Amino acid sequence: MSLIATLARLEAVSTGRARPTATVRHRHLSERPLVFVPLTTAGEAGAPLGALVGSDRDAPRLLVVAQPRDRDLRFAFLAELADIVLPYIDSYADAVEAAERSETDPETGKRVKVEVELCSDAPQLIVPSRAGVEYVRLLGRSMRFRRTAEQDPQTPYPAPPRVPLLGRWLTHFGERSRVPGSSLLLALTEVLGRHWATGQSSLEDQHLGALLAWIAPPGGDGGAEAALRAELARDDKGQLLCPPAGPATDPAFDNKLLAPAIERYDRARTALAAAEDGLQADDRLGELTAAERAIHELVLSRTLPTWEKVWQGLDLLRELPEGAHVEERWTRDRWSFTGHRDRVVAGEPPQPRRDDAVTAANKLATREREQGRLDAQEALDDPLVMAGRRLAGEAFAGEVVDVVMTYSEGKRPSPRPLVTVRTDDRTHLGERARVFRSLGGKPQAAEFVRRADPDGAGGEDGPEDESLLVLRIVDKMGRGKEPEEGSVPEKGDRVCFTLFEHEQRGGAKLPDPEDTPWTHGGPPGEPVPETADSVTEEDTL
Amino acid sequence: MTIEAVFDAGTAATRATDAILRDTLHGTARGVVVDSPPGAGKSTLVVRAALELADAGRPLMVVAQTNAQVDDLVLRLAEKNPELPVGRLHSSDTDAYDKTLDGLPNVRKSAKAGDLAGLPVVISTAAKWAHVKTDEPWRHAIVDEAYQMRSDGLLAVAGLFERALFVGDPGQLDPFAIVGSEQWAGLSYDPSASAVSTLLAHNPDLPQHRLPVSWRLPASAAPLVSDAFYPYTPFRSGTGPGDRALSFGVPSDGSGPDRVIDEAAESGWGLLELPARHTPRTDPEAVRAVASVVRRLLDRGGAATSERSPAPTPLTADRVAVGTAHRDQAAAVRAALAELGVTEVTVDTANRLQGREYDVTVILHPLSGRPDATAFHLETGRLCVLASRHRHACIVVCRAGVTDLLDAYPSTEPVQLGTAVKFPDGWEANHAVLAHLAEHRVGWRP
Repeated sequence: MSLIATLARLEAVSTGRARPTATVRHRHLSERPLVFVPLTTAGEAGAPLGALVGSDRDAPRLLVVAQPRDRDLRFAFLAELADIVLPYIDSYADAVEAAERSETDPETGKRVKVEVELCSDAPQLIVPSRAGVEYVRLLGRSMRFRRTAEQDPQTPYPAPPRVPLLGRWLTHFGERSRVPGSSLLLALTEVLGRHWATGQSSLEDQHLGALLAWIAPPGGDGGAEAALRAELARDDKGQLLCPPAGPATDPAFDNKLLAPAIERYDRARTALAAAEDGLQADDRLGELTAAERAIHELVLSRTLPTWEKVWQGLDLLRELPEGAHVEERWTRDRWSFTGHRDRVVAGEPPQPRRDDAVTAANKLATREREQGRLDAQEALDDPLVMAGRRLAGEAFAGEVVDVVMTYSEGKRPSPRPLVTVRTDDRTHLGERARVFRSLGGKPQAAEFVRRADPDGAGGEDGPEDESLLVLRIVDKMGRGKEPEEGSVPEKGDRVCFTLFEHEQRGGAKLPDPEDTPWTHGGPPGEPVPETADSVTEEDTL
Repeated sequence: MTIEAVFDAGTAATRATDAILRDTLHGTARGVVVDSPPGAGKSTLVVRAALELADAGRPLMVVAQTNAQVDDLVLRLAEKNPELPVGRLHSSDTDAYDKTLDGLPNVRKSAKAGDLAGLPVVISTAAKWAHVKTDEPWRHAIVDEAYQMRSDGLLAVAGLFERALFVGDPGQLDPFAIVGSEQWAGLSYDPSASAVSTLLAHNPDLPQHRLPVSWRLPASAAPLVSDAFYPYTPFRSGTGPGDRALSFGVPSDGSGPDRVIDEAAESGWGLLELPARHTPRTDPEAVRAVASVVRRLLDRGGAATSERSPAPTPLTADRVAVGTAHRDQAAAVRAALAELGVTEVTVDTANRLQGREYDVTVILHPLSGRPDATAFHLETGRLCVLASRHRHACIVVCRAGVTDLLDAYPSTEPVQLGTAVKFPDGWEANHAVLAHLAEHRVGWRP
C-alpha cells in the first residue's frame, strides 16, 4: 500500500468517513449497465441459487432455482439468464462505426491498414464484489462446453439452446476483467475501493455494505459504527440486516430459512408426483407453487438489498467526472467486445479450456502493458493520484525559476533549453535520469542535469525540503532551430515531471502458435475442436 | 565423503567445465543447462564457451538479461581475445551501451541486426533479440542468467537459434510479473515462470550440469549459503579458511558498528542487532546504523588479503556495497551515507545486486522491523542474493525478533497443482541464516 493510501486510511479512521483517493472517476460507467447479483448454493461449486439481474434499476428480474441440485432447474435458470443477458449484449452488437486496424497482409507480409467495424458502444456487466467476478467466470466455464440438442442429438442431458453461447460471453467478460483498467465487467467494491479509502482493511472493504457505510454513513453515524452494523447486525430471527453481497450466503440464512424452505419444496414435489387423481394433483400443485413462491421470496429478500446498494454505489461514482483517459481505455474494451462478437458470428469454437503457450504469453504481455498504461494515465488524469506518486518520489511538481537556451552540438543544432525547477518534492534522480511532462497530451522528455546551487534563494539558508533541479528539455520542440511556441516552459510556469514514462512501448511480436519453438513444446499441432464436457456422476445427482 | 570431494576445488571445477564444453560443442542435445551457485565462474564459463564456439566456426548469439550484463560480457570477451570480431546489438535509445565499448576496435555496435550479420559472435539483451527477425537461425546460442529470464522472454527468442547453452543461478530471485498470472500456474509453459523451468518441462532429457565451486564466497560463507539455499546441490568455496583475511589499521572504539566490524572480519559474518520494534520500511535507526557501519568500515583503514594478491589491498569504497529489499530503503541509506560524506559506495536492492561482487557487504535484513512476513520478504532468492555478494565478510543489520516473526507467519501461499515446489522455502532458509548469524551477534542500542 502506498504512503498516501495509508495516510488516507488513517484520516478515514480519525474522521469516521471514507477519504477520497481520486478526484475523477477512473473507470468507464455505461449509461445502461447490466447489474447482476448472483447467489450460489453452499456445498456445490457453481450451483446457482438465484439472481437479480437487469439494466433497469426499478425493474430487476428475479431468477430462482428452487432446488439448486436439480440439473433441469439449473438449466432452466441458465436459459432464462441467457434470455436476459444475450439480448442485452446483442443490443450493442449492431451499432457500429468504421475504424481502421493494422493487419499483416497474408500475401506480402506487410502491415496494412484495413477498414473494419468497431461497435460504437459496448455492454457493461456490474457485479457487487470480486467474488461475483469469479462467479461469472465459473458460470462461463460451466456453460461454454455444454452441447445443445441441436448440436449433438445423441448426448443425454442436452443444454437448452443459447446456454453455451452465454457461457462464451461470460467467459469473455471474465477474461477481459483480468486486464487492468478494463471496464466490460466491474466489481463494484473494487471500483469504489479505487476511489475511496476507508478506515478498515482492504479485506473488509470487500463487504459492499460495510464499504458503503464508510463512504456514505446513514444518518449522522461514524463510518466505523455503521460498517460494524452492516457486517454484524441481525434481526430477532437471527438474520443479517445487511445480507452479504454474495454469491455466498450467510450460514444462518442457509440453515434457518433456506434449508426448511427447500425441504418443503422437495416434499411438495414428491407429493405431487405421487398424486393419484386430478383433484389431488391440483391441491398438491397448489402447495408446490406456494413452496416455490416462498423460496422466491427468500432469494429476493437476500438479493434486493444488494441490488439497491449496487445502484447506490453507481450513483456515488457517477458524481465524479470521468477521467481524461477513461474514454481511450473504454475504446479498447469496445475493440475487445467487437472482436468477440466477430468470433461468435464467424462460428469459431468456444475459448479453449487452457491457453496455448503463445496465447498465454501474449495475454500476460498485454496485461503488463495495460497495467503500466493505467498507472501512468491515472496519475496524469488526477492530481490526487499524482500527489501519491510525488510522495513516493516518482514525480515532482514545482515552479520554473529560470530558463537558459542552449543548443545541441552537431551540424544542425537543435534547441536544448535548460530549465530550472524549484520543487518541494523529494525525488531520487540519478545522473542523466529521464523525466517526462505532459505537453498537449503528449509526453515531452527531459534529462536531469544537476541540482542547482541556488544563489540566495534556497541553499543553506533556504527551506530544508526545497531544491532546485536543472533539466534539459530534449524533444517535442519542433524541427527548427528555435523551439516552437509553447513547447518550452517559461519562467513562473507550474510544471509537473514524472520519472515514469507516459506511454507504453509495444512488446515484441511473439511467434505464431504453429511456430511455437522446441523450448515450449513445439507447435501444438492441428487444432482439435474441444470436446464437450463429459457427463459425470455429479451431473445427474 | 564422495570421490569428487577428495579432489581439490580447482580439479573439480575444471572437470565440470570440460564436461559442459564437451556437451555444448560435441553433444547431440539441443540444449545444455548449467546451474551455477553464486560466484562459481559463470561469466568465465560463458566467455570460454563463446570463444570455443567461435573458434569452431559456429555463428553464435548470446542472450543476456540486462544491458549492463551484455556490456560486461563484451568487455570480458574482448579482454580474452581482442582479435575476435564481436557484434553488440543495442536499442535505439540514447546511452544504449557502455561508452567504453567505443574504444574496442573489433566490437561493432548497431541497433540493427542486419548490420552485424556474419560476425562470429553477436550479443544483446533478450528484450532486443525479441525484435530480431531472421530467415536463417543461428546455429548456437548462449542464454546467460537463464533462471532470471521469464518463459515468455524465451518464447520470443527461441526461434532464432537451433541449439543453446543455458547458464544461470537457480538460487537467486525468480522472475516476476507485475500482474497476476495464477491462471497459468501449473502449465508447463506458464509465461511468468523461469525460462529454465519451461525448457526442462518440455525437454526433460537435456544434459544438466553444475559448477561445484564458488570462487567468490569465502570459506566462512560457502557452507552456510550452500546449506541454507542449495540443500540438495551443495557446493564449496574455492579458498580455504586461512586464504582470506580482513584487517583494520584503526582499533575498535568499542561502539556497536566497530564491534560488529571486528566480528565480521574475524568470522566472515556479523549481525548488528537493534532492539525489537515495528518500524516503517525506511526504519531511520536501522538506516543510520547501516550508514555508520559503512562509514567506520572506510574510516578504519581496512585491508583485504586474498589469493589474488600477496599484498593486502586497501578496502576502498568501491569494494563495499549495501543491499536492501526495497528501493526506498536504498534511497534512504544513500541519503544517510551522503550525510556522513560517503558517496562512492554502491547501495542497491537485491534485484539490482544480482551478479555483482564486493569485498564486504552490509545488508539491511528484509524482515527487520516488519510486523508481517509477506511472500516478497520471505522469497528465498532475495536473502540468497544479499548474503552471497561478498568475498570477505557480510554484516547484517536487523531488528531483534525476526525469528518470532517467522514463527508467527508460516508460509501460507496457496499450493498450485502442477507447479514444482521450490526447496527450501523462504521460511526455512531464513531460519537457517538467522541461526547461523545468532553466533555472530552484536547487540546495539543506537
